[in-house]
Amino acid sequence: MKRRSRFILSVLAFGYAFLYVPLASVIFYSFNDSRLATVWGGFSTRWYGELFRNDQVLDSAFLSLRIALTVATLATIFGTMAGMALTRFGRFRGRTLFSGMITSPMVMPEVITGLSLLLLFVSLQQLIGWPAQRGFGTITIAHTTFAMAYVAIIVQSRLSAMDESLEEAAMDLGGRPLRVVFDITLPLIAPAMIAGWLLAFTLSLDDLVISSFVSGPGASTLPMLIFSKVKLGVTPDINALATLIILFVTSGVLIAWWISRRAQRQTG
Amino acid sequence: MTGNAASSTPFIEIQNVSKYFGDFAAVDSVSLTIGKGELFSILGASGCGKTTLLRILAGFETPSKGRILIDGVDITELPPYERPVNMMFQSYAVFPHMTVEKNVAYGLEKEGIPRVEIKRRVGEMLNMVQLDTFAARKPHQLSGGQRQRVALARALVKRPKVLLLDEPLAALDKKLREHTQFELMGIQYKLGITFVVVTHDQEEAMILSSRIAVMDKGRLIQVGTPKEVYEYPNSRFVADFIGTINMFEGTVVGFDDDSVRVNCKDAGGELVALSDAPPAVGSPVCLAVRPEKIFISKHEPDNTEDTRLAGIVEDLGYFGNLSLYRIRLATGRVVQVSAQNSRRSAERFLEWDDKVFISWRPRSAVLLTD
Repeated sequence: MKRRSRFILSVLAFGYAFLYVPLASVIFYSFNDSRLATVWGGFSTRWYGELFRNDQVLDSAFLSLRIALTVATLATIFGTMAGMALTRFGRFRGRTLFSGMITSPMVMPEVITGLSLLLLFVSLQQLIGWPAQRGFGTITIAHTTFAMAYVAIIVQSRLSAMDESLEEAAMDLGGRPLRVVFDITLPLIAPAMIAGWLLAFTLSLDDLVISSFVSGPGASTLPMLIFSKVKLGVTPDINALATLIILFVTSGVLIAWWISRRAQRQTG
Repeated sequence: MTGNAASSTPFIEIQNVSKYFGDFAAVDSVSLTIGKGELFSILGASGCGKTTLLRILAGFETPSKGRILIDGVDITELPPYERPVNMMFQSYAVFPHMTVEKNVAYGLEKEGIPRVEIKRRVGEMLNMVQLDTFAARKPHQLSGGQRQRVALARALVKRPKVLLLDEPLAALDKKLREHTQFELMGIQYKLGITFVVVTHDQEEAMILSSRIAVMDKGRLIQVGTPKEVYEYPNSRFVADFIGTINMFEGTVVGFDDDSVRVNCKDAGGELVALSDAPPAVGSPVCLAVRPEKIFISKHEPDNTEDTRLAGIVEDLGYFGNLSLYRIRLATGRVVQVSAQNSRRSAERFLEWDDKVFISWRPRSAVLLTD
């Protein structure tokens, strides 16, 4: 019995080690004074300072943030609409097809999604002259298409767990359908929408493959920049950058978890 | 109760309403008039179409055929938010993100009523359902019974012409249910609003209603006061659905004055029933007797006009106020009999396997042809 529990403990330890030691070492070496990424040379925060003086890094971080914010907002709007259509509009013609097509970007290999979107943008440019150049716009559109699938799924599951007679009761009491959406439906699915927004935000922020396909010259997102820099060797400022991203994403996930837990408690 | 007087003026008119889901007729050519101030129940087993009918009245379903008039106005095409009708949902559907007060005020706010008046009417209504001290609470801080009263207050504060109640008592426990039954009746009496209640619980329908409509497979089977439906069921379905009844299948063999003689194999001979419209000789009928209409005795009763049958006590159940007996006749048929325990005696009157006689008056038996 005792041997078995020791075995289980070591499996647990290895599992966690594989997951978190790399992350921990990235954070650890971001405070390294040495120019060599893997040789400890004393504590320092100089790489963080250097990071904020590096225009290339700042530009791409700013671009990534702008894209992520736009994508999260658009994906939440469209995803919520799709989720509502799937749960509240009965069994309309083509519902199964619609539901399948909403979720397909989640299972499609990113390379395929990226490539097909690139082909779309290129042929659009030849046909109507838009998009004149690939960058913020095209990346935003591409990210929104796959991020809204996640939002739609989250909103849909929240809506189907919600008692439909709540909306009927509001209508019975004199609320017109659109009014009822704002009075009843949206406040009740708000936690799901916020969780969806945060998920879309992080998905957009760390996407590399699709961004690489649909971006153009001069428009590098943060993951693209990191990837290209790493090809020339890992430098300590990359570690500092990664640490900031970890901090950012972790707090986003924690907030999403906290919001959904609170909402669950309130509605029982 | 208020029964017949109220039903004389039609207030809700359901004219030949049908609702099809694909090929399935959930509601099948239902015509019904409900009087002003009635407490009307629609009774039926689950899936009989009663909830669909209620949802048609509320405006959540549009009938495939037929029209609905309330107070002389055709509301068939009106959306739910324009109907002078409010509904109390089975799940209560109290808005979880609003306080009790906000819940009750919601309907009035949509009407665009001045804020001062909303506050006054909401206060009055909360007072009536005894929730005035809970105004600032959220629904998750309330008990089931309290939530139900929020739902009731929220619907009534709009002063609807008709209040629809979908299984109003189903989610409450037994004690609370009895209390709420009388509370509902009191509120209905006080406000004079027409109530239409949908329920599967025949006891609830009997106690609450001025009239009952019994539904089966989308059709109306019988409409009448609780007494009519119980004492004069018009079909085997109604007789069986409401209360307990002993049914003897047989054929008409002849007539004596106003009574009909029916040959029942189960009873081992001829039984007699009174009938205003006697069916033809040879037609199959069902003679039905309620358990409480049957007398039970150890000695053969003298009254020769009564139907008398001999049997043995197969089983008995003591319920305190009354006892239920299952009497096995010589033919093997088991008859249910209930008797009031009016005397308090140390010994039981009857025991298992006692030889007994059961009897009933001819006018206690109902003749059913449908």
